[in-house]
Amino acid sequence: MTYARITKDGLWDNNVVFAQMLALCPLLAVTGTATNGLGMGLASTAVLVSSNVLIAALRNFISAEVRIPVYIVFIATLVTLVDMTLNAYAHDLYKVLGLFIALIVVNCAILGRAESFASKNAVLPAAVDGLMMGMGFTLALVLLGGVREILGSGTLFAQAHLLLGSSFAFLETTLIPNYKGYLLMILPPGGFLALGFLLAGKRVLDRRLAARAAAAAVPAAA
Amino acid sequence: MNLASLRNKLGYQGALLALTVLITSAALAVASRATGPAIAAAEARDLQQSLSQVLPGTHDNDLLADTLTLPGPDGDLTVYRARREGKIEALVFQVVGNGYAGRIVCLMSVDRDGKILGVRVLKHAETPGLGDKIEPAKADWIHAFAGKFLGDPTPDKFAVKKDGGVFDQFAGATITPRAVVKAVKGGLEFYAREKGKLLDEPGE
Repeated sequence: MTYARITKDGLWDNNVVFAQMLALCPLLAVTGTATNGLGMGLASTAVLVSSNVLIAALRNFISAEVRIPVYIVFIATLVTLVDMTLNAYAHDLYKVLGLFIALIVVNCAILGRAESFASKNAVLPAAVDGLMMGMGFTLALVLLGGVREILGSGTLFAQAHLLLGSSFAFLETTLIPNYKGYLLMILPPGGFLALGFLLAGKRVLDRRLAARAAAAAVPAAA
Repeated sequence: MNLASLRNKLGYQGALLALTVLITSAALAVASRATGPAIAAAEARDLQQSLSQVLPGTHDNDLLADTLTLPGPDGDLTVYRARREGKIEALVFQVVGNGYAGRIVCLMSVDRDGKILGVRVLKHAETPGLGDKIEPAKADWIHAFAGKFLGDPTPDKFAVKKDGGVFDQFAGATITPRAVVKAVKGGLEFYAREKGKLLDEPGE
């Protein structure tokens, strides 16, 4: 498997959310704003990369019979480390995300990558896979968070300075001034609605791309 | 004996699990020691910040070091005492209301005469856009408490307008402000009841 393939899989073809439909619980829970989505995505990516590296490095020592408890202990430990680090050094962000960080443990995407990729590959490909799957997940979180934030409160990346430092305050934009807000999009049903439209959008896009590729292939074959 | 055949032995698997747990627990213990002081400092800073929001800022003591625990409206209540030159200026404590979506935790401060200096909502899960007008960032409503005491308004008027009181409710959300008003009233009654103990100043 080439790195280009791993990258494309993680970001698009086999995207955690848009293709595998995993990790929907944290996805729907935190995406009230794009900033929250970004924070959750980066935290999950950190856990995903380190769990993939750890498991790939130790894959020859882990017996198949006890692999699942070993993976879970590793993942839970890494999540707890991220939780403590955020609480200590990014406390304002922790107040927003704190409740959901612990949920990364049960993010089935992480156990899924450990089982289906890291346990069968060397450290470097496993790290790239973790990074790309994590970026794909982050992309989905930011996209969904952005859509819900724009429709729900008329802003984008509100409070980004809490996550990225005050130098990124320029990201915080108000797209619709004096917007009264559209409550539904911030509440859980808005998450389901927006996710449904995004999934449908990806399918349409994939079909268009496939049709175009087929159309391009026919004259070449003739 | 090579690794592949060793991996199938029951003893190896048990030892592997034990070793995994041992190493990860050790890593967590180390991390907990390393981050503990920073977490405690961040939490103390949070508390300090919320305390200073309901105080005029004229005290000169360390609020976190000058506390008193008394039986309050619901369970033990920690009261922070703001002093200036050793004399108690104000008391800060938490009150809890039962809102539309669970507990609304408020912090309130009263001066020696039982007059409210300020009220802030620390934690709530009220509906965004309706009940969240209790946050000062969303509306000025919470500032209406400043300067009030039991007597102005009288206890039976210490309620939202819908219940014959003096405090506004929000269009579409009565339960939330009613819960906050009730909690604040409970806080004032607590102060009136425990005034003797609260203002009992040791070291004077």
